Amino acid sequence: MSEATFTLDGKTIPFREGQTIMQAAMAAAAYIPRLCYHPGLKPHGSCKLCTVKVNGRHTASCTYQAQPGLAVESDTEELNGERRSLLQMLFVEGNHFCPSCEASGNCQLQATAYELKMMTPHYDHFFPDRPVDASHPEYLLDFNRCILCSLCVRASRDVDGKNVFALAERGIKTRLIVNAESGLLADTNFSADDMAAHVCPVGVILRKRTGFSVPIGQRTYDINPISALPQPKAGES
Amino acid sequence: MVSDADLHVNDAPSRSDPDAAIFGAASLDPILARHNHDANNLLQILREIQEQHGYIPPDAVDRLITSLKIPRVKIEGMAAFYSFLHLQPHGEYRVLFSDNITDRMLGSAALMEQMCRELWVEPGKVSEDGLVSVGTTSCTGMCDQGPALLVNNIAVTNLTAQRVGTLCELIRNRVPLSRWPAELFTVTNHIRRKDILLGSELAPGSALAALLARGAAQTLDEIKISKLRGRGGAGFSTATKWETCRAALGEQHYVVCNADEGEPGTFKDRMLLASCADTVIEGMTLCARIIGAQKGFIYLRGEYRYLLEHLQRVLQRRREHKLLGRGILGHPDFDFDIDIHVGAGAYICGEESALIESLEGKRGTPRNRPPFPVTHGYLNQPTVVNNVETFAAASLIALHGGAWYAGIGTGTSSGTKLLSVSGDCAHPGIYEYPFGVTVAQVLADCGAKNTQAVQVSGPSGVCLAENEFGRRIAFEDIPTAGAFMVFDRSRDMFEVARNFVHFFAHESCGFCTPCRVGTPLLRNMMDKLARGRGSPYDFAEIEKLNLLLQSMSHCGLGHSACNPVLDTIAKFRPAYDQRLLHKDYVPAFDLDYALSQARRMTGRDDTGAHLGEAE
Amino acid sequence: MATAPGPKLKVATVSLAGCFGCHMSLLDIDERLFDLVELVEFDRSPLTDIKHCGPCDIGYIEGGVCNAENVQVLREFRANCRTLISVGACAINGGLPAQRNHLPLSAVLDEIYQSGPCIATGCTIPNDPELPLLLNKVHPIHEVVKVDYFIPGCPPSADAIWKALNDIIAGREPNLGHGLIHYD
Ligand SMILES: Cc1cc2nc3c(=O)[nH]c(=O)nc-3n(C[C@H](O)[C@H](O)[C@H](O)COP(=O)(O)O)c2cc1C
Ligand code: SF4
Ligand code: SF4
Ligand code: SF4
Ligand code: FES
Repeated sequence: MSEATFTLDGKTIPFREGQTIMQAAMAAAAYIPRLCYHPGLKPHGSCKLCTVKVNGRHTASCTYQAQPGLAVESDTEELNGERRSLLQMLFVEGNHFCPSCEASGNCQLQATAYELKMMTPHYDHFFPDRPVDASHPEYLLDFNRCILCSLCVRASRDVDGKNVFALAERGIKTRLIVNAESGLLADTNFSADDMAAHVCPVGVILRKRTGFSVPIGQRTYDINPISALPQPKAGES
Repeated sequence: MVSDADLHVNDAPSRSDPDAAIFGAASLDPILARHNHDANNLLQILREIQEQHGYIPPDAVDRLITSLKIPRVKIEGMAAFYSFLHLQPHGEYRVLFSDNITDRMLGSAALMEQMCRELWVEPGKVSEDGLVSVGTTSCTGMCDQGPALLVNNIAVTNLTAQRVGTLCELIRNRVPLSRWPAELFTVTNHIRRKDILLGSELAPGSALAALLARGAAQTLDEIKISKLRGRGGAGFSTATKWETCRAALGEQHYVVCNADEGEPGTFKDRMLLASCADTVIEGMTLCARIIGAQKGFIYLRGEYRYLLEHLQRVLQRRREHKLLGRGILGHPDFDFDIDIHVGAGAYICGEESALIESLEGKRGTPRNRPPFPVTHGYLNQPTVVNNVETFAAASLIALHGGAWYAGIGTGTSSGTKLLSVSGDCAHPGIYEYPFGVTVAQVLADCGAKNTQAVQVSGPSGVCLAENEFGRRIAFEDIPTAGAFMVFDRSRDMFEVARNFVHFFAHESCGFCTPCRVGTPLLRNMMDKLARGRGSPYDFAEIEKLNLLLQSMSHCGLGHSACNPVLDTIAKFRPAYDQRLLHKDYVPAFDLDYALSQARRMTGRDDTGAHLGEAE
Repeated sequence: MATAPGPKLKVATVSLAGCFGCHMSLLDIDERLFDLVELVEFDRSPLTDIKHCGPCDIGYIEGGVCNAENVQVLREFRANCRTLISVGACAINGGLPAQRNHLPLSAVLDEIYQSGPCIATGCTIPNDPELPLLLNKVHPIHEVVKVDYFIPGCPPSADAIWKALNDIIAGREPNLGHGLIHYD
């Protein structure tokens, strides 16, 4: 029996029963922008970067089950324009000063914005006040850059079994909180071995004393654009 | 029928006790016991703690962590999601003015100012002595008797300067809510037009008897024949929903009555629960029999907290009359009971999958669908979620038959619809019409004059201009969840849309990027226009943002957040044009004001210390 | 670079709340500067010492808006330049200076002029009218005037600037591919 397939921008993509469009696309090394999806974690569908058009309707590809014969559009001017607007929203929502960010060059938000040629954050900035948490001996949390993708929440809860992180409040006030009475990472059982220590797509959860160790020009996305990199497998970030 | 007079004022929870700063085991244990030490009931547990103490004290949080074996972040994440829950003291008296446009049209802003002045408190803050906080909240569903407010989550309606003065005095004198004049808490149900639903005196149990006589499958057929469609807004076929759920495999099936009624301008479910609770509960019980459920929930919005004891009494009476509980009407295989969950100030919990999350003691964020609740709902089990009015209609159908019902209304919209009429009209209240009634007819009946616009189905719905008043209330023309807000020619439709945009920004759950960031951006842009800083540039930006919200959002809230703006732009364009005061872009903020801190710090006031507007 | 079709384009440049890095990067186009001066002539710019901007084709703006003077200069540029380009991280999102934005201005001024650990007692906040007053927050320039194009980077590389200017002069949206588009 031949494999089930759908098309992504005209290209045939095989899939297994139960796979989402995103999973099948990643397996076929086809790039769909994404920020809140990680192969090792349950899909969340919140960043909406991965939105594609299936039979003319917008839908998040990381949560949409692949079905035989679907015609999926992704790399179109319309969708990339909409994705660029979402990226701009993420940039103005937090405080992203890339030149002084340890994640710069290895950051998926930044790399995706390069990929989609975002030249400006466009909207008026919210400039929120989000104090950093430097309490932990090995890790720093700089919430200014949090895009609320909840990857760390899911990793800590579902893989590490710890619940170190969670989201609090709602709407534009939504923020990441830490599981301690003090609210400080040092007072949790967070450890460098946790998956949660390695899934942050941006520069929030940072290992101390390792920042800027890779020179500019040699960082992950200096070398290759995010679309060209091998797609991560479960367990890798 | 139970009249509102039965809703006793002593139902109002008393004011929190400031001396009970330490949250003793004595007060937590009964709450935990009542909720079976089950973390799925976390929202109810937190809400009851909040009700007793005015906030959720740290030692209560500590105890919940150990008793329910849940992480602290779960409690904190929950509490901070729902606007009626507080982890810090928020005043012994927590006053929230309903901020719907209809309240504003009746002068709520001035009344709130008056209260803040009289109580020496800044809006949104707690007074220095910790006595009181005064703020705003989304529509409290009292639009026919506004302006309204909630004090410790209990509604006070028909506000006037005098009534506000009375409230201030009671608060200043620290009079416990239970000793406030009962008259303050009166909620009237203005039923203005009755039809088959409100006109029938359905004897409790009669629809159930009809069901048992006819059989579950046959009753489902009657629902099918009736062509009943959901009354919560989307108009999904009720029979299809019940049939799918009935067929779905699961350990348990559940029936959920969606009484979250958060859509601004809607208050018909409030009236149904106050006056026809039996009919609604009977509908839920029918559904339970048909889908094979033994447990159901009523998810009652926090703003309707005052109905809780009344509903509990109705449930208890029905248990006593064998209409609920074990062996309903003597059938040993017919067990069904209902719990009431009270919300805590989150409009998004009206969305069915967010509602289920909330029932499970979580933050109310909409799930990814499929799978849908009919197969994977409460605790991942097959679950029917229907609107209050849908269940009431189902009772009528069980009693009188599907064909009878299908004969009323229009071909694709059978039966009647309850409209909650408010705004600029002589007789606001509840009107029941067969589907197909024209907007003009409703306007004539409610005594509306000089009408400029009608917002049907709330901010998520549609704004109609005069040339559309011939259109009909029906799924095939103007679908509605029930709100019908009337605006006469003195109203500024831009301000109406701006109020709605503020509502969406306040109620966005924050799950998805487009709505979390897009709704406050849209709000800021509308505010910019309101401040006279608009130009065609901003107008184009607003239009772009509208499209993005529509196409990229995760749920109906984000999809419809731009509707009020799109509609008013299309139909009341001059209201926008008069705000586009500038030919070219100007900043959203006042540059001269942005220098004021520096002026103050340096004591300068020379010309160089000021910035005019750009030419 | 495209050959000049007619009269030279007039270009004005300025550094607002910036570090002149984006000007240095412009100079870093090295020998291509010769090509550039064939195409453009400079009006107000640190390179010419012309004090006010006349009617120009292109305004090249580095730095964000942190004080009253920045606003006035930016307005002058907007009023005179057909095309305004926001160059570099500070112009685009406020950059390093905007990292004060989460602090109240009063706290910043107090710390710097009055209560900081290295400040002599009795010092006050200068009130000389020559000194521009600070805005409550530092803003990207597009939050103050309408901006036509953006060249991100801290600073953008000489190659990025060269490519973007070429695109803009040719009437195209600047298109920076991998390696040229950078926020740092
Ligand atoms: C943001 C949002 C809010 C909603 N609020 C309500 C509500 O308050 N009451 C309600 O019955 N349905 C509400 N709905 C619709 C429900 O999701 C669901 O469709 C409805 O309860 C199904 O019942 P029905 O078929 O009887 O209409 C809302 C939907 C959305 C997207
Ligand atoms: S997290 Fe990414 S986008 Fe944000 S400042 Fe750091 S590098 Fe830039
Ligand atoms: S800290 Fe990182 S992983 Fe966690 S929610 Fe924020 S951006 Fe996502
Ligand atoms: S659209 Fe708004 S309310 Fe709906 S999931 Fe997204 S953020 Fe939440
Ligand atoms: S990757 Fe699909 S929504 Fe974020």
